[in-house]
Amino acid sequence: MARSIYRDRKYKDVPYEVKLDLFNQVKQDIRWKDFMKGCFECGVCVGACPTARFCDFSPRVITQTMSREDVDTFYELMNDMIWDCSQCFSSTRCPRKNSPGGIVTIMREVAVKNGLESAKDALKTYSRIIYKVMSTGTQVAPDMLQPDFFPDWGPNVKVVAENLDVWRRAIPPDTLHTTELAWDVSDKTKFQLYMIFKLTGNLELIEQVDEGIYDILGETIEELMDEYGVEADEVENILEEN
Amino acid sequence: MEEKKSASFIGLDQRKFTRKPNKKSVDYRHELFELEEQGELEVIRVPEPYVEVTTKFGRTKKIPLQGGWHHKSCGQCGHIPGYPTSIFWLHRQFNLDYFDPKDQTSCTAWNYYASSASNVPAQAAIAVRNFAQAKVDGYFPYIHCGTSYGHYKETREQLLHYPELRKQVRTIMDKLGLPFAFPEEIVHYSEWLHVMRHKIAERKVLDLSNITVTVHPACHYHKLVPEDVIYDDDYFNGQRTPVMTAIADVLGANVADYSTWHDCCGFGFRHILVSREFSRSFAATRKIERMKDEANPDLLLTQDTGCLTTLDKSQFAAKAHKCNVGLPVMSDVQFAALAMGAHPYKVCQLHWHGVDHKPLLEKMGIDADKAWAEFEESLGPIKSGQKQFLTWEDV
Repeated sequence: MARSIYRDRKYKDVPYEVKLDLFNQVKQDIRWKDFMKGCFECGVCVGACPTARFCDFSPRVITQTMSREDVDTFYELMNDMIWDCSQCFSSTRCPRKNSPGGIVTIMREVAVKNGLESAKDALKTYSRIIYKVMSTGTQVAPDMLQPDFFPDWGPNVKVVAENLDVWRRAIPPDTLHTTELAWDVSDKTKFQLYMIFKLTGNLELIEQVDEGIYDILGETIEELMDEYGVEADEVENILEEN
Repeated sequence: MEEKKSASFIGLDQRKFTRKPNKKSVDYRHELFELEEQGELEVIRVPEPYVEVTTKFGRTKKIPLQGGWHHKSCGQCGHIPGYPTSIFWLHRQFNLDYFDPKDQTSCTAWNYYASSASNVPAQAAIAVRNFAQAKVDGYFPYIHCGTSYGHYKETREQLLHYPELRKQVRTIMDKLGLPFAFPEEIVHYSEWLHVMRHKIAERKVLDLSNITVTVHPACHYHKLVPEDVIYDDDYFNGQRTPVMTAIADVLGANVADYSTWHDCCGFGFRHILVSREFSRSFAATRKIERMKDEANPDLLLTQDTGCLTTLDKSQFAAKAHKCNVGLPVMSDVQFAALAMGAHPYKVCQLHWHGVDHKPLLEKMGIDADKAWAEFEESLGPIKSGQKQFLTWEDV
């Protein structure tokens, strides 16, 4: 077993070849050459990073590790540190034009695509948001403002929840009279969004994160696609064709 | 260059900036128009009339005054509805044409930056589908959300430089029966507000000279692909974006500086939903407390969905830790609408915000209790079933 940089490593170690395959997947991303230029360890990214102030997180460690092609440490970061990144891109002020936040985005994408347990854990309580955005085309909805989910946001959340239906209908733009969607999205547009998810293999990606959400989402998507005369199973992933 | 200062910028006289010569950035529009000439895509031209502004590295950017296809924000529409309502209200006050589409999806970037449960072709296709719909509808996309704005700038860079991605997106658009369209400029609503500021100031009805504001710029507005962001030598000596600061300034409010201006809000995309202790701690201690301790403002202005949510909602729990909080937060556009006489609840929808804003409204010269009573009265016909919705005519 490779030596860990974490005292409390929570994930299973895997053979070097598996790590190398993941590492190569990150490097094969079309954005890689634009995000990773080489690190001269100045630490500007750490100084700008909000997460580094509160978590065991360092954009410099991410960049250095990738630059050095340290595959063992890469695997550790991919299972742990990357999920702490705020994705604010403050670290893009890097004088070498690296994008540590962008590298994290790619690493997360590879972690999800490969169904890493740590990715599933990181997204465990988040997957209902994935369902919301993929099924409705809007990420957050007014009815998500529930005191049970946001107890730390104060009593106003309860007041909003209690008055939600009437308050939404009192907003002048007619696209905003919704409670389950952020705005009224037409079915035609939702259908087009579902087509994009199918054509890019995005739906299958969700299966790697949460099978339950994948099943419900699949049914929702199939139902609307049926209405538009398209058999969901027959829509092929164009990325695989290429 | 002599530093240009406004007397209203409290605290800024303690800082000295030296403007470096403008670094010429590549004008992506040449590549965009070249691709159009080659038949690869269609460019959605900025409609006239427009205002020209300077960006960070000196490029001239066109900001259209009307004809906007309003690309709404999930978080704004869902949880801060006074944001889009104020944008539309201001358009209506100036009789500016706009379109509020139902054929619009989220950019899905909040989800992407939170989970990465997507991929580049899907993200690009979602962007282009929205832009294609704007073209079909005959309007120019205005982006309400800072993250959508940042993500679409990233998408533009990728589409310009990765031919394989363009091919994938074109295949998808062909299957959807939509054109491969991309706008000449990515325009954020706060940029429209910025170029409209003098017209808004001419019609202000409130004296804001006793109001001190601090400003929090959105990271995905000014850090992610910063080449598109407005910079102006008249503000901060060209060292920071003037967006939000300039509108507050021309409206007569005092803009105060604070030491963590460049810090993010703590939103974190997944953090605000599943690691909220991080978001709360960052927002309360690195942003709100710093502002309160150093400038003691009456109001915090911001320009993005996540920033407003995090900075507003994080203050409640921080009170339990005896943090120096209690600072009302709203968007620049809500503040501008209030200054022009918009109703604080029927238009600006301030009852959706967490921090008590009534003392602020009173200080701005607005009778908050009377306004709330008017709002509650307007709900009567909805509650009784006489009306299904309130409309623009009702407000």
